[in-house]
Amino acid sequence: MVKITIGAINKVPGSSKNYKTGDWRTLKPVIDMEKCKKCWICYKFCPEGCIKKTDDGPETDYDYCKGCGICAYECPFKAIEMVMEER
Amino acid sequence: MVKKVIYGNHAVSYGAKDARAEVIAAYPITPQTQVVELLSEFCASGELNAKFIKVESEHSAMAACVGASATGARAFTATSSHGLALMHEMLHWASNARHPVVMANINRAMGPPWNIWTDQNDSIAQRDTGWLQFYCSTNQEVYDTTLMAFKICENDKVLLPGMLSLDAFVLSHTSEVVDMPPQEEIDEFLPPYNAKYKLDLEDPRAFGSLMFPDWYYELKYHQQTSMEEALKVVEKVGKEFGDRFGRHYGLVEEYRIEDAEIILVVSGTIAQTSKEAVDVLRKEGMKVGLVRMRTFRPFPKEKIRKIASKVNKIIVIDRSISFGSEGAFFTETKACLYNEKDRPEIWGVIIGLGGRDVTVEDITKIAKKGKDGKFKINEINWWGVKL
Repeated sequence: MVKITIGAINKVPGSSKNYKTGDWRTLKPVIDMEKCKKCWICYKFCPEGCIKKTDDGPETDYDYCKGCGICAYECPFKAIEMVMEER
Repeated sequence: MVKKVIYGNHAVSYGAKDARAEVIAAYPITPQTQVVELLSEFCASGELNAKFIKVESEHSAMAACVGASATGARAFTATSSHGLALMHEMLHWASNARHPVVMANINRAMGPPWNIWTDQNDSIAQRDTGWLQFYCSTNQEVYDTTLMAFKICENDKVLLPGMLSLDAFVLSHTSEVVDMPPQEEIDEFLPPYNAKYKLDLEDPRAFGSLMFPDWYYELKYHQQTSMEEALKVVEKVGKEFGDRFGRHYGLVEEYRIEDAEIILVVSGTIAQTSKEAVDVLRKEGMKVGLVRMRTFRPFPKEKIRKIASKVNKIIVIDRSISFGSEGAFFTETKACLYNEKDRPEIWGVIIGLGGRDVTVEDITKIAKKGKDGKFKINEINWWGVKL
């Protein structure tokens, strides 16, 4: 039996990471590396901090990307396409 | 023991100081300003070792108190009327996260039109935020209730925030004698707050995170059972306070109800006026008594049932109105009697909104009208309304 703490105080800080908010996504950003100029505008605009800088270019963390599409909207080179999520 | 002649507002300040509040965050509003003025002086002089946080609004004041309480500090604030309304969101936060913040609310009418005088609509409007609500009728009770509120709210069976209310000007700006026990005796009565879970860098916790439907419901159950538990704790703490300091408090104060056939149910300072009215009527031979409601949340249902079982008539006098319904105390009193076999007749009277004066004569006339059965049933009885 799970026992709930008073006021639902969470004894495991940082455990929100266990909840993969990427599940909410209906559209998924797909980056075309040919078009990407590594300007990092997507990295700066991502409200969830889901875009990682790598030597090869931006990398999306699909565990937490909610598919808001801000990266695709902001990309000056139209290098990010929002495609329907298939599960 | 120190006796001082002080304002109701300053009785709050002394209460918070003697309770050794550790964090005070407040925003000034008439008629509450003196409460925090004096507390800020206590902090500046070092008489009170508390962090005084100046904020830009009451919403922030309560947010600061919630944060402080989460660290395990004893947090206090004071406000009134529109200030309390602005706190509304954070009132839920304090209660739902189970932070035993204590607040003094000076009962003042809500505008517009602007009115700085007393009625209870500000605090009654916060009925469902999960705060304990106490209504005071003397400056002494204001001081005592400030001390008791911390002990009640911090009790591990309660762990809910609490607000004490006092009538604008009638108490807030009126001087009365207040007897304050020695600090060491208060410290014995009210030891430091020891939070079970607190914000602590060495032992981190997360507060106020997401909760899905599969457990949120249980938390609400716990809040309600804690409220019910608070009924016992209020009485226990009131008795301990009385045993130590000579002034006993319960959920309600009963006045001359032993053989009463008709009783008045009143709260706040109207209760003091009503006691005089009861004395006048008793001299005339009328068997009338008074029940002064000290607690509105939790509502002392069992107590009311017990009292009501012995009388024929009850008049509930409200200094508030729930628009579209009736006076709040009237609704609650009726509701807890509905399943009783022998219910007394019961009427609701609305009086004194926006600080309209309530005199001994008003109350004696109300009691007589009730005795003669001349009040409207199932309708609001507006007392002295100019049409």
